[in-house]
Amino acid sequence: MLKDITIGQYFPGDTFIHRLDPRIKILIIIMFIASLFFIVSFYPYILILGFILLTIRLSKVPIRYVLKGLKPLMFIISITFLINIFFTKGEVLFLLGPLTITKEGLSQGIFMALRLIFLITGTSLLTLTTSPISLTDGIEKLLSPLKRIGIPAHELAMMMTIALRFIPTLLEETDKIMKAQMARGADFESGNIINRAKNLVPLLVPLFINAFRRADELAIAMEARCYRGGEHRTRLNELKLKKQDILTVSIMAIFFGFIISTKYIEYI
Amino acid sequence: MEQYMIKMENVKYEYSSMGEDSQLMAINSINIAVKKGEHLVILGHNGSGKSTLAKLMNGLLLPTEGNVYVNNMNTKDEDKVWDIRETAGMVFQNPDNQMVATIVEEDVAFGPENQGIPSLEIRKRVDEALRIVEMTEYKKHAPHLLSGGQKQRVAIAGILAMRPDCIILDEPTAMLDPIGRLEIISTIKKLNKIEKKTIVHITHYMDEAVEADRVLVMEQGEIVMEGTPREIFSQVEKVKRLGLDVPQVTELAYELRKEGINIPSQILTVEELVKAL
Repeated sequence: MLKDITIGQYFPGDTFIHRLDPRIKILIIIMFIASLFFIVSFYPYILILGFILLTIRLSKVPIRYVLKGLKPLMFIISITFLINIFFTKGEVLFLLGPLTITKEGLSQGIFMALRLIFLITGTSLLTLTTSPISLTDGIEKLLSPLKRIGIPAHELAMMMTIALRFIPTLLEETDKIMKAQMARGADFESGNIINRAKNLVPLLVPLFINAFRRADELAIAMEARCYRGGEHRTRLNELKLKKQDILTVSIMAIFFGFIISTKYIEYI
Repeated sequence: MEQYMIKMENVKYEYSSMGEDSQLMAINSINIAVKKGEHLVILGHNGSGKSTLAKLMNGLLLPTEGNVYVNNMNTKDEDKVWDIRETAGMVFQNPDNQMVATIVEEDVAFGPENQGIPSLEIRKRVDEALRIVEMTEYKKHAPHLLSGGQKQRVAIAGILAMRPDCIILDEPTAMLDPIGRLEIISTIKKLNKIEKKTIVHITHYMDEAVEADRVLVMEQGEIVMEGTPREIFSQVEKVKRLGLDVPQVTELAYELRKEGINIPSQILTVEELVKAL
């Protein structure tokens, strides 16, 4: 039952987008997010929408995978939408009981909702087209200049890798412990919230104890395999920037630069 | 001294638990010399000190008294600790808890990556190690989708990729099903006979000791029996007194002898018994 949970949402493929260097993709996403917050009118959204559609097209990720990422956040999106509709002052369009809907509110609501939708689809495109491993590699490499000011880039990446490695193992174990406790009459499915939470104790205690034991054994095994931190460490697959990576990031920088500049052009 | 891979001189190891005066002597005055290219099996039931012994052999633990030499390097020498671990690789009991990466080949590469070997050379070593343990076709798989025996073979490959001269296996088959055990046993045999690695195999399954060059039996931190598998298992009663079993075939031969059937006492395999009968 728990095995159905997939980690990340990587959609394997061998397209131009998939092959891009993870560092480049992370940089592009950062520019993408930044530019979203500089947008003040609807027109630049057309460009953003075009960018997202083009990426989906190039990466051959089915569109429903992208939309699936929106589902858990629908609640937040609707709240944002409603709050903006009802609480923005301006020209009254119509009244709904004690609530008034204004023209500005309506456009503001749609504007904010769109911003959230673009934000989520854009970032989920990153995780859809980049495997967790190359994502961690990319983050490690991008953060490594910050090592000098004390940010432990390698350690962070290592923690992410180990977490990714052990999520399925721990899920399997949870499943096993749950079944073992159910066989002894534990009840995980009925009662109110407080009772249910209490009933989770016999699941969590052994799970935690085992997790600590695993951590201990893993540490010894890593030491036996000569692990001594990130220094002097080489990699099986070194990240290398290719021409197309540089080209892509340059074009994207110009593109998002233009979108950011629209904010100032409007007001000059 | 030259011809010894691992040499333990008068080694003692004590576990001291905090807040208690009682100290547990896990290893008591042990002298072992493992020859290069030897296939040594260490037997003993739970708590006999076998795992502690294994950890002493590559510097994961340091002896309370005495010295351990790996290829003439003392494990107490802090500058040599990484050289020692490159020389004596170690495979542990639980295959799940010794894998680091989310893809088989990345995990095999973990050791050589730590050694600071260039990428191209790592690629070569990884492919070679996976070929030796016959896991090449799984190199892009996620570890949690493999069977226990396969995981343990990947763990062995991870050690092989570091190119150690000696491989210490600490109960590598204890958590596996019979099929997984057979896979590991044949891999170990291959490592010793074809790859010429020195093997120290710690186990409590008697059947696995049959192929060894030499067997040591441990009891309460001490070595109580030593010899070829044939010498050890012919002493059926002594082995049983130590809480261990002898291989089934040997036991059958022993019982038959007791019943007055005249067959030799040193029988280890089914073929031998068939022949004798």
